Amino acid sequence: MTHQPQEALVEPDAVGLGPSGDDPGEGHESVRRRGGRFTGYWLMLPSALWLALFFLVPFYSLVAMSLYDPKGSNLTGYDMTWHVANYVDVLQAYWRPLLRSFWYAALATAACLVLGYVLAYAIAFKAGRWKNLMLVLVIAPFFTSFLLRTLSWKLILADEGWIAEGLRTLQILGEDGRLLATPFAVVAGLTYNFLPFMVLPLFASLDKIDNRLVEAAGDLYASPARAFFKVTLPLSMPGVVAGTLLTFIPAAGDFINAELLGSPNQRMIGNIIQNLFTNQGDYAAAGALSMTLMIVITIGVVLYIRRAGTEDLV
Amino acid sequence: MSLVADEGATTRDVQESGDRDLRLTALTKSYGSFTAVRSLDLVVPQGSFFALLGPSGCGKTTTLRMVAGLDTPTSGTITLGDREITYDKPYKRPVNTVFQSYALFPHLDIAENVAFGLKRRGVKDTKAKVAEMLDLVELGNQGRKKPFQLSGGQQQRVALARALINSPEVLLLDEPLGALDLKLRRGMQIELKRIQTEVGLTFVHVTHDQEEAMTMADTVAVMNAGVIEQMGPPAALYDNPETTFVANFLGQSNLLAGDILGPDGDVVKVSVQGTTVSIPAERSHADGGKGWVGVRPEKVMIAEVGGEIDAPGNRFEGGVVTDVSFVGVSTQYLVRMPWGQEVMVFEQNTGRRPIFAVGAPVDLSWRPEYAFLLDASQDALAGVEDGDD
Repeated sequence: MTHQPQEALVEPDAVGLGPSGDDPGEGHESVRRRGGRFTGYWLMLPSALWLALFFLVPFYSLVAMSLYDPKGSNLTGYDMTWHVANYVDVLQAYWRPLLRSFWYAALATAACLVLGYVLAYAIAFKAGRWKNLMLVLVIAPFFTSFLLRTLSWKLILADEGWIAEGLRTLQILGEDGRLLATPFAVVAGLTYNFLPFMVLPLFASLDKIDNRLVEAAGDLYASPARAFFKVTLPLSMPGVVAGTLLTFIPAAGDFINAELLGSPNQRMIGNIIQNLFTNQGDYAAAGALSMTLMIVITIGVVLYIRRAGTEDLV
Repeated sequence: MSLVADEGATTRDVQESGDRDLRLTALTKSYGSFTAVRSLDLVVPQGSFFALLGPSGCGKTTTLRMVAGLDTPTSGTITLGDREITYDKPYKRPVNTVFQSYALFPHLDIAENVAFGLKRRGVKDTKAKVAEMLDLVELGNQGRKKPFQLSGGQQQRVALARALINSPEVLLLDEPLGALDLKLRRGMQIELKRIQTEVGLTFVHVTHDQEEAMTMADTVAVMNAGVIEQMGPPAALYDNPETTFVANFLGQSNLLAGDILGPDGDVVKVSVQGTTVSIPAERSHADGGKGWVGVRPEKVMIAEVGGEIDAPGNRFEGGVVTDVSFVGVSTQYLVRMPWGQEVMVFEQNTGRRPIFAVGAPVDLSWRPEYAFLLDASQDALAGVEDGDD
């Protein structure tokens, strides 16, 4: 497969160079370059195989699954009938959790952006010699399992936990008010879990900003606030775009947070898909729902990147 | 000779005050135990092209940053006309800077970069002004390009336009030509001088390039280790340096150890290795005892043994040429004197006489009015290494 395009690439080049023959050295040059191209493809082979095995094959099977006849079952097997109606069915049945997933993911991304920007800004510009330590602290939670960390939030937000009780004492939360099993708990969990994905690209963008540009803005009559909005923020946009994508995409498909911190009322699309696969054994619906999620996110990301105009950013 | 004396007088004229002079008084900046700028007193007359010249680390950039408001002085004051701006925020001072790295905003195009300052001050219609500025720096048709699409010299001109458009009372230039190659730098020096004359603003130019400072500035202040060693018009500084640092940093000098015999009329007599030389009193910067007699290499005249030298002073005999560098318009000799010191001699290649060969015995002399006398307590090598760019 991979050999086909490279032949096509080399061919016109060799033809173009051959007859012109301005420089006798050029022929040798092109031979050497052709060898270089082969080397590149050989080096690509392992990763191409890896992608084929672990992306293309599962993706193909997922697409196929989404078009199975829903009458089949785990035991009897499914028939491939190009049953496009699966998509209509799952959208009708699950549009609510699908919308909810995007809503929660958007809230969590917004919260991550605000918290993460402040943190990344502090690390990049104010941390001085503590910079590396702070970066390690941002990554440190990854040394514990995702599941364990989310479970800990269950304890923190528990009804008899000190936060919930404290808020009840302060009358912020009603008599029977809860934190756990609310949208707040789910969004808080998502925010916590995906914060590092926001902080790291933001930090990378902010750290690259030449402080002299901020000084120059000040020299040109921009107050610190205006210098931030006119210089620092626009220059950190690549980090904002990368961070929001890295946060929003996994958050929209997440099911652990809704499972552990939410109630059935906060079920996200990930929970539905997981349930359809493992409990109900409805592979066709699960596949169609997975595909729907993937398509909506892909379209959203493309529109977002177009809109954010990353090509405009340096 | 009257020329030199006149220029000596202008050194003091610089201190005359105008309406909108930039005045630094006892300005000091310390970082912990390190003092970057030590009790600096300086008056930059309105409308002048002023150069702060010194080796890296001498405190010239720190001084500039304090004027811009980017660094806060430890003590002392900065006033602009009647207004004290010592602790004003940078965005509240009528001062703009051309940064060494240009610091152009990469996300804005050239026109937006130039309009930045005006927009921040609430000027609505910037178009005409921006176009006019871009024309001034000869970038009229580049307004829609991004900074990275321009060459170094063009970026430098954008930085200049971006600062000038605000008509600051003082324009600060922090080694603005440092990143350009030699040829471009020479061109930009002339360009900068033209623009300064055209707009008539006060320019304060920080540089370590002595040639750049001398070419452009009306007044040069030579800075070393946080203090100003000497200040004045370029020619006065060059002809009549007051310290060994200035003598060596600004051009090159021969410094000969001598015993000061004392004043005699309007000259000071000094015995150099047994030969008595005269130094004009106004060029004598040592009190007594020992001193350095300084002569610029191009002022030293060279002749074959016993040959005629067009100088009324005593001559030094017994020199031997140890090195000859032919540089086209002139020849640079190193002449070893009987007491072991090597004296630099630059001679114009007028063709009057053949160039001396290595090993040739020669006599040296100079016109006494071009020599200067410095305090022997100063290091004869101060500023020698620093001067090399």
